[in-house]
Amino acid sequence: MTVRIDGPVGYYAAGMNQAAVVEITGHAGVGLAENMMSGLVHVTGSASQSAGATAHGGLLVIDGDAAARCGISMKGVSIVVGGNVGHMSAFMAQAGCLVICGDAGDGLGDSIYEAHIYVKGRTGQLGADCVEKPLRPEHISQLTELLTAAGRPEHPEEFRRYGSARQLYNFHVDHAFSY
Amino acid sequence: MCGIAGLHLLNPKLYPHLGELLGGMLHQAAGRGNDSAGVGLYAAPGAIPASQSTVCALDQTPADQAVKLISAAGPKPGDLTAANFGQTLVVTASSTAKDLADAVLAALPKAAIISRGHDLTVLKGTGQPSQLAQDWHLAERGGWQGVAHTRMATESAVTPGGSHPFSVGFDECLIHNGSFSNHESIRKRLSRAGLSFDSLNDTEVAARFVAHQLENGATSRQALTELIKTFDGFYTLLVSSARSFAVVRDAIACKPAIIAETPDLVAVASEYRYLAGLPGIASARIFEPDPEVIYLWERPLSPAQSATTSQLALSQN
Repeated sequence: MTVRIDGPVGYYAAGMNQAAVVEITGHAGVGLAENMMSGLVHVTGSASQSAGATAHGGLLVIDGDAAARCGISMKGVSIVVGGNVGHMSAFMAQAGCLVICGDAGDGLGDSIYEAHIYVKGRTGQLGADCVEKPLRPEHISQLTELLTAAGRPEHPEEFRRYGSARQLYNFHVDHAFSY
Repeated sequence: MCGIAGLHLLNPKLYPHLGELLGGMLHQAAGRGNDSAGVGLYAAPGAIPASQSTVCALDQTPADQAVKLISAAGPKPGDLTAANFGQTLVVTASSTAKDLADAVLAALPKAAIISRGHDLTVLKGTGQPSQLAQDWHLAERGGWQGVAHTRMATESAVTPGGSHPFSVGFDECLIHNGSFSNHESIRKRLSRAGLSFDSLNDTEVAARFVAHQLENGATSRQALTELIKTFDGFYTLLVSSARSFAVVRDAIACKPAIIAETPDLVAVASEYRYLAGLPGIASARIFEPDPEVIYLWERPLSPAQSATTSQLALSQN
């Protein structure tokens, strides 16, 4: 099924989408594609906060900017943002990919688990336990696939990769006697 | 939950359409709160003689009776006018704003003053925002800057006095989406400093705080910097004065806000759909404000405003 919307949409557009292709010509409000399971959601404008929150699968493409908390607690979705993302994006992101062709606000990837973040532009202050990591061939290959699927002109080599330092989500051995 | 809308016009050709454009935004904002609403409208430069002041009050006294009572009470302001717009009484006269406000209170002791100044008219009430906009003749009103608020009350009662904007300093307005968590302790502190309050509303505390800062010589930016340091809770605030228009959000910034800038205007809204009908929106720079960043637009004071500001300063001394 394909749903085409010509104009701006409000809260929770394409929320819980499964299998459908949703094309929005305009801007999107809070919670775009929240908890999406599969399919494709494409917004030609910008998206408000919490785009792709908790989403398990599928591809979310935002040609413009995404505001705060883009991909918060994402669980497997792929998100490609043509512009910038706001603060606390990919907060507690568990799985999936967030590709940011512009800049990222403060707190990127705070308390991140195993999601992959790729940023072409600048980052603000990184969130707790989020660090820059090497861009290996498998990441180039993943980025190539995502940028192609999103119809983006950027080259994968222009991006940096961020992920978890894995210092936060394991119990620290020094605390073993506290239990 | 509340809805916020504001327009700061840069192109004088749009001044006659301020009320019409702001009314369109208010109509959309009704979706976020429809128990009460309010607007603050700043008259276009030259639209009001430099010597004239405007005082708005929540009072249902018929305008002709109000004129007689105000003329009879205390100082007699020259060329006094009054008009009823829904639950708001708008009084103008060639007088300082302070003298006029004192005269209105002396004549109508039960009235609550909701604005005083030169440029600013504040209209508030309970009811459906679209109906209130009609009561206020909003679509016919001009001006260079305006703010609008629709309320779904969480703090204090659903009364005209509990609705926004809160205007407690001359030509100042503050509207708020969110709730402060430490306003009672700040209220006590300001009370000890000699300030008094009209309502139990948390937003009034923020308006008093900002007005107090400005009275003590702070700039708009300094006043809002102090607000960020002092207030705890959730907020998107739109703070305006005779020359400024500012937006600030708390550190988490979960209360929605979106800003559009074009060569002709700056617009602020809780949701994009309020902006969708504005001229030039398709090519506007649109963004959501970052947390704890003060977004401030200012314009130089006109000669008439400078004269009024001097008068206000004198009347406060």
